[in-house]
Amino acid sequence: MTERASTALLSGGVALSVDGVIVQVPPGTTVAAAVCVAGAWTRRSVSGEPRAPLCGMGICLECRVSIDGAPYQRACQTLCAPGMQVSTCGEPALP
Amino acid sequence: MTGHADVIVIGAGIVGSACARACAAQGLKTLVLDAAGVGGGATAAGMGHIVVMDDSPAQLALTRRSQQLWEGISAELPADVEFERRGTLWVAVDEEEMHEVRRKQAVYAAAGVRTEVLDARAVAGAEPELRPGLAGALLAPADAVLYPPAAAAWLLQQAVSLGAERLGPQRVAAAARGEVRMEDGSKLCARWIVNACGVGATQLLPELPIRKRRGHLVITDRYPGFVHHQLVELGYLKSAHAVADESAAFNVQPRQTGQILIGSSREFGAEDTEINRSLLAAMLRRAEIYLPRIGRLRAIRAWTGFRAATPDKLPLIGPWPEDGSLMLATGHEGLGITTSLATGELVAAEITGIRPGIAAEPYLPARFLNGSPAASEQLLFGEAAYD
Amino acid sequence: MTQTFDILVIGAGPAGVAAATAAAEGGLRVGVVDDNPSTGGQIWRRGAASPAAARRWMEQFESAAITRLMGWQVIDCLRLGPDGGVLRAEGNTPGGEAADLHFRRLILATGARERFLPFPGWTLPNVMGAGGLDAMVRGGLPIEAKRVVVAGTGPLLLAVAAHLKERGAQVMAICEQASPAQMAPLGWALLRQPSKLRQGMGYRWTTRKTPYLTRCWPLAALAESSVGESDGQNSQPRLRSVRLQREGRQWTVECDYLACGFHLIPNTELAALLGCAMRDGFIVTDEQMQTSMPGVWCAGEPTSIGGVECSLLEGQIAGLAAAGKTGAALALSKRRAGMQAFVEALERACRLDPRLRDLAAEETIVCRCEDVRMAALRGRSDGRDAKLHTRCGMGPCQGRICGGATEFLFGWRAGQVRPPLYPALVSSLMEEEAAGSVAGGAEYAVSEGIENV
Repeated sequence: MTERASTALLSGGVALSVDGVIVQVPPGTTVAAAVCVAGAWTRRSVSGEPRAPLCGMGICLECRVSIDGAPYQRACQTLCAPGMQVSTCGEPALP
Repeated sequence: MTGHADVIVIGAGIVGSACARACAAQGLKTLVLDAAGVGGGATAAGMGHIVVMDDSPAQLALTRRSQQLWEGISAELPADVEFERRGTLWVAVDEEEMHEVRRKQAVYAAAGVRTEVLDARAVAGAEPELRPGLAGALLAPADAVLYPPAAAAWLLQQAVSLGAERLGPQRVAAAARGEVRMEDGSKLCARWIVNACGVGATQLLPELPIRKRRGHLVITDRYPGFVHHQLVELGYLKSAHAVADESAAFNVQPRQTGQILIGSSREFGAEDTEINRSLLAAMLRRAEIYLPRIGRLRAIRAWTGFRAATPDKLPLIGPWPEDGSLMLATGHEGLGITTSLATGELVAAEITGIRPGIAAEPYLPARFLNGSPAASEQLLFGEAAYD
Repeated sequence: MTQTFDILVIGAGPAGVAAATAAAEGGLRVGVVDDNPSTGGQIWRRGAASPAAARRWMEQFESAAITRLMGWQVIDCLRLGPDGGVLRAEGNTPGGEAADLHFRRLILATGARERFLPFPGWTLPNVMGAGGLDAMVRGGLPIEAKRVVVAGTGPLLLAVAAHLKERGAQVMAICEQASPAQMAPLGWALLRQPSKLRQGMGYRWTTRKTPYLTRCWPLAALAESSVGESDGQNSQPRLRSVRLQREGRQWTVECDYLACGFHLIPNTELAALLGCAMRDGFIVTDEQMQTSMPGVWCAGEPTSIGGVECSLLEGQIAGLAAAGKTGAALALSKRRAGMQAFVEALERACRLDPRLRDLAAEETIVCRCEDVRMAALRGRSDGRDAKLHTRCGMGPCQGRICGGATEFLFGWRAGQVRPPLYPALVSSLMEEEAAGSVAGGAEYAVSEGIENV
């Protein structure tokens, strides 16, 4: 755990990285909400449009992001964890 | 409605569409019928691999000719056909398979097909996701990848622009002696009727030596650059034509979208479109042997399709001797996408009497009729037909 | 991983919670699987100001001896027979472990999703479902002082507006496409369900300063180009306002979020994969909530859209019936008949105005996964033809989002359901079925109710 993440934990929050920016959120926050808090979109559509969550319940897959290097994770179905590395909108990285 | 036509093509898959285009190009008055949309059968289920295969001299001639024809129209193909000259990499795992690589190269060279032998290092460089320790590969750089339903739609659209007519979705009840009868009772007449119904061909002509050979495919989400060529294990021929009722082989294709299409399986005796879980699993494990990280990709869809298999692994192209109006264009098993164009050429040549690009004899349906050598040895699907 | 259950429940919303709780009372091994990280489903999700009934149910559920598999997505059924079967699930973690869940009896409580209709701008960030925004807020999205327009159809709109208001949002308008006449029977039906009526009135009281506009819908979501803050995404379009229409009048409302959903569509993919008979898009059950497949029960929205009380009741019936308590199940099922009037009134109240078919412009995206536009879909003979030739429905949502739209726009029906039910790691499809331990064996002798199994 990074120093910053552990500090956040002490203060009752969870610190994670969204596109390299540290975001602090309350425990129980979804990655989808954290991405919005960070002011980012979740993905680019196949024709290049920015997209953000639509259904909020794991169906639409608009909220797919890379989490800890694994691409295409549903951000709305994943809770933030300390030190989590989230990356959005990028080229789909290989696993 | 239309009066008397020269040719009625039944089936708007890629083979039927190619036949219609070739006939219309010869100035024949052509009608195309299909039960559903364009390219909705085996055309939609297949991989879309334009490949030269050397299982037999006749197969080599047909696939080689077809590839040249695809090459000839490649500049005209619209973007949605997704034609990409990816090349096939026939992957060899050991020295024994490297012998096969060199044998195959010689056969291809004799037929004028340029290939390149890659050693272990070159394979690793060409496809870094392949597992280490492979012996090498044969690269067939002119092989291509395309999206078959769009290719079929384009061929049919070409046919229409050359004067062919496509009738709305119609189920054909019978087709014989120059007359096609629809399920709704209506009739159409033509000098020639081309049966291009894939596995459905036997519904109109039950005595055809065609069996359904089910295949599975899996497609992933988008991972551009995961692989670059169509990757096929060199043991493909062995496993694809294995005597066993079920077999799986490593056959992976990069789509233009960045998606990865994972095949392949062959299965006799399966009549429904259900997924055979254990065969699907075996197919994916086979792929993992070659691409160790493929398990980390996300699959978004799996499906099955039916290949129209003949006992001698060659299609049925040409007149059906029992009925002077019937022309067959079916039985392409797993090569219909590739060989659709040469099939169209052969059918149109047969009808008009012009000389086709390759000899028609090996594909003539007459080979399976009583008294012919093929019939006496191979009419029944038996082990003998599969070496 | 392998787990073995006497009764396996799919879905941890009200129907699943009730089913599992009822089934577990007899000491059977009961498991509940849900792809959400927390229990309660969309309606009772974490953070909701839950009514007392919800709290009671959740307490019972939490204290019962039930195995809860949260964050597991069912991706396939490997086997199903009269004596049970095996589902394969995948964990919603980057590692994506697979698990084979063996069961003797199965209860489907897979809930519903929102129906989305395409209109210009609906793909913009911050345009979400009504339930979608609600779920995001429950998941930690700050909504305080944000301006929200809630639109679409159905009782969910009012519930969402009230919840967002309680969280400090400024709800600018609630736009209900239905006409008052079409909604009237729902009002009558509500009179027979006082708790629902009280709840609805409570929502309206909470949102009393917000106009509730019937026959009103969004024509377009409009964007502004904003400079991204920390992510360097410059000139990204961001929702700025919504163009609304009501009868002849059109006007624009500035907002930060548009929460827009056109009622609900049942999640029936798993049931379809299992071979359960369906009618008009819903799963057919008998009075004990058993489907056409022996050993498979179904409760809640996949059988009919009837609200929480209906889902709870159906869940209990299914749980009792699956546990072999036929008498108790039948006794409860009498009450279900009384809810039918509400189900029908709700269906009528949410029937979509045909003019909503004209919302999408030719260049409006219909399939968000593959960015397929309206113009490409016109003239296609059916959903499969459209899929093959335009890629509509070919993406990772597997047509769950565009399918609800194309059903309304063109009358297309969903095609064959095949595994994986959701995008799954290739590795999860690679493994042979893992052997399960014997579940209960002869001790699991369910005498009643087994006749029709």
